[in-house]
Amino acid sequence: MDFSSGIFFQVAVDGIVLGFMYALIALGYTMVYGVLEFINFAHSEIFILGAFVGAELLLGLEASGALATLHPAAVILMIVLAGMLASGLAAAALERIAYRPLRGAPRLVPLISAIGASFFLQDFIRFIESLWRNTFYLNYPTLDILDQNLTLGAAVEIPFKSVLVIFTALAMLAGLYLFVNKTKLGTAIRAVAQDPDAAALMGIPVDRIITLTFFVGGAMGGAAGVLFGLHYSLINPYSGFVPGLKAFTAAVLGGIGNIPGAVLGGLVLGLMEAFAASYLAVITNGAFGAEYKDVFAFAVLILILIFRPKGLLGETVREGA
Amino acid sequence: MLRVDDLHVYYDAIHALQGVSFRVDKGEMVTLLGANGAGKSTTLKTISALLRAKSGTIELEGARLDRLPAHEIVRRGIAHVPEGRRVFPRLSVLENLQTGAYSQSGGASADDLERVFNLFPRLKERIRQKAGTLSGGEQQMLAIGRGLMACPKMLLLDEPSMGLAPILVEQIFAIVQAINKEGVTVLLVEQNAAMALAICHRGYVLETGKIILEGTAAELSGNDRVRQAYLGG
Ligand SMILES: Nc1ncnc2c1ncn2[C@@H]1O[C@H](COP(=O)(O)OP(=O)(O)OP(=O)(O)O)[C@@H](O)[C@H]1O
Ligand SMILES: [Mg+2]
Repeated sequence: MDFSSGIFFQVAVDGIVLGFMYALIALGYTMVYGVLEFINFAHSEIFILGAFVGAELLLGLEASGALATLHPAAVILMIVLAGMLASGLAAAALERIAYRPLRGAPRLVPLISAIGASFFLQDFIRFIESLWRNTFYLNYPTLDILDQNLTLGAAVEIPFKSVLVIFTALAMLAGLYLFVNKTKLGTAIRAVAQDPDAAALMGIPVDRIITLTFFVGGAMGGAAGVLFGLHYSLINPYSGFVPGLKAFTAAVLGGIGNIPGAVLGGLVLGLMEAFAASYLAVITNGAFGAEYKDVFAFAVLILILIFRPKGLLGETVREGA
Repeated sequence: MLRVDDLHVYYDAIHALQGVSFRVDKGEMVTLLGANGAGKSTTLKTISALLRAKSGTIELEGARLDRLPAHEIVRRGIAHVPEGRRVFPRLSVLENLQTGAYSQSGGASADDLERVFNLFPRLKERIRQKAGTLSGGEQQMLAIGRGLMACPKMLLLDEPSMGLAPILVEQIFAIVQAINKEGVTVLLVEQNAAMALAICHRGYVLETGKIILEGTAAELSGNDRVRQAYLGG
């Protein structure tokens, strides 16, 4: 391993890919926290559900022979949308069934419900997949185009699937930004997050807006799930756990409840992890290998949070009356 | 227009409203007076369905309101400007006003915005500013303006004078009076009884959850009990 610019660049690309993945997942945690001050711990399973729905659609297209006749961009668009829809609906259903009845209960109660929902979803996916395929490990079918490289200059090649993740994530983030900041419903989400009673007085149906927030956050997670599957190929019902935990960390790092913060937190965490994985051994002269990347990344996170306890972009003071 | 009948409201064990009844006629401006903790805000919150009454009825133009969700009440024509302003601090002035028009099918119309800016020119100058950074007086203007964006038939105002300098209170009350003259029925909750009685047609006095007095503004101003308790002798 060396410090050549080619490798450095590729590590950076890996970090950015990972970071955008965390960012998309983190949005689900942060948006829900914004409106309810509640951590939806089942979001990691909402994320992996999207990956499974995308995979099943892709496998279905492959089995029916339709895959060969469709443009790869159309295929990717279809499976991303399918994953978004499935995860969005699942998150909205979860809110109605598992969380709304507990609104007003002590804070720890819905948290337990979320942990329960998380186990339920894991085993639900496992059950369906085992019934359907006799295994719950799924391999994403390969799309030829994703295995190609984009060559930039002599030494630098970017795998096309990394380009896909980065561009899809950017498009999703731009869409979310416009939705939240420029539309009536998005403004209603922000109003509910800031003062639900006042929002109700404005005629905003607060409960419906909360369900919508779960849907949108879930859909971002579902898109991340499909991208995760396309990029890393092998998924199982439990593969949501670690990325989910890290995305939650990213949300806290950026300032929980803060949408740009979730994106920044995701990127910081992804980059630190990628660089630690590649350079930790070099820097420490072999004392710590790549397997310590999470220890390193989290040590840095804790340091950041000691100095900025509300996160990188978190509110330092609560405004208003 | 608005008729409240025998309202009982509880906060767990606290019996906050103990059979409150009153009415506000179309075009009227009525004040609800009372000391701290009398139940004034509770009354307004129950009308807007932020709270549920244990018993009693609320009717607007003959139609029952008391089983509707809060977000429906605005659509029936009642805008509630809550105690403490409650503007959305991280939304801009314009976004706050647009949110006020959430119940309007076309969103915030240019005419309605213009009407609010005519009443409160200061808001127009600060249209992009975050509401949380406005002064207290400006926030009160925004809160009232936001309520007007719903084009209400009736405006519920909860202590619009709170924490404002006397000169600003006078301005705000003059504007409220102008809004009423345009045809909007007003129910004004106030601790500042002198000011409220000066602009309102009628009033009710609430004490520990019960209406203990009612009358025209002139009658109440002349009442010994009101003079002692609310007008400083
Ligand atoms: N959320 C609550 N939980 C428990 N009790 C409450 C709550 N809100 C109000 N109360 C009680 O209900 C009573 C009426 O309160 P309310 O806010 O209606 O008074 P108010 O007349 O508006 O007073 P103020 O002039 O101080 O605003 C008070 O005794 C108050 O302590
Ligand atoms: Mg009050």
